Amino acid sequence: MEYIDYYKLLGVSKNATEKEIKSAYRKLARKYHPDVNPNDKTAEQKFKEINEANEVLSDPEKRKKYDQYGDQYGKDWQHAEEFEKARKAQGSRRRSQQYAGGFEGQDFGGGDFSDFFDAMFGGGGFSSGGGRQVKFRGQDFNAELRLQLRDAYKTQKQTLTVNGKNIRITIPAGIENGQTIKIAGHGGPGRNGGPKGDLYITFSIENKTDFKRDKNNLYKNVDLDLYTAVLGGELTVTTFDGKAKLKVKPETQNGTTVKLKGKGFPIYKKEGQYGDLFITYTVKTPTKLSAQEKELFKQLVSLKK
Amino acid sequence: MNLEDLITITDFCKSYQISKAMIVEFKEFGLVNIIENKNTLYMPLTELPKAEKILRLHSELDINLEGIEVITQLLNRMEEMQKEMTRLQNRLRLYE
Repeated sequence: MEYIDYYKLLGVSKNATEKEIKSAYRKLARKYHPDVNPNDKTAEQKFKEINEANEVLSDPEKRKKYDQYGDQYGKDWQHAEEFEKARKAQGSRRRSQQYAGGFEGQDFGGGDFSDFFDAMFGGGGFSSGGGRQVKFRGQDFNAELRLQLRDAYKTQKQTLTVNGKNIRITIPAGIENGQTIKIAGHGGPGRNGGPKGDLYITFSIENKTDFKRDKNNLYKNVDLDLYTAVLGGELTVTTFDGKAKLKVKPETQNGTTVKLKGKGFPIYKKEGQYGDLFITYTVKTPTKLSAQEKELFKQLVSLKK
Repeated sequence: MNLEDLITITDFCKSYQISKAMIVEFKEFGLVNIIENKNTLYMPLTELPKAEKILRLHSELDINLEGIEVITQLLNRMEEMQKEMTRLQNRLRLYE
């Protein structure tokens, strides 16, 4: 366990007055408060740290204990042992909420203390000043769900476990990478009859296919042999959910793009509607030519002269 | 709007231990939406997250209403920019 220098955290000297501590805390709280740093986990962590520092330094009793024993902790086994006993006697602390089922939980609530704090002062809540006092409506939960691009192609029903409760959710086909959906009423419980918070799920979509996606459109490169490119012909390509036969026009240039209407990605919340698939040809020049083939190419060259 | 989707301002103020004048001031600043029905003031439940945030900024960070108004506008802009950034990042994946 590491010693935490609360004075350093707040940027004040060891003999700082109560007023100086309050002012330093306020300044840092304005900088790192989760309400002004949405979705910023670094700021959230920093906010918890300065809250903890303020919790100790703004309370004369805690500050005295910290000044007396704090820096000894970890160096001096005897003290460490005493603190350990004290910690056990006071019970375990409240841990931040975690989500099961592949979720990455995020807890904005106060009360997440360091092990150092617990060892010195035991578990418990913030007394005043720090933490988030105002609460009626339940806490919103934020979670991230990873999906494969293939999974986002069809509407899915999934059962997720959030804080021990099963929630059935429908993920509409065509969901975007980075998109957030709100599951109303599945956040934390409200207080004094307040409504429950909401659950926000942000989707992170991984693409392991050979298609590129831009919203509802898909893009793919397909190799085309020189002879089909020159003379035209037919080509079977793999679409996202099957195969399609393409007519290749004679004298097709390298890099030509053709559009397959309605063979793209499903349009979000518009059932049965799809974007387009764009196929770009890469004309492959033949290699390992036989003597006869080379001769024929030479004849072609002479014809052009 | 159904009554169950609303919270009376009296209940709201009681829960948060704030004065009615304060919430009316929030409304005057255009920070929250308040509805009047048969001489009773209500707040839609959908406004609660916003109202709670304003109260936190006010009580925990000592920010006055003018400051909260500016912060709210900037946060909205930031949210829009973050959406735009996600959209651009998704487009960039086309070229990776």
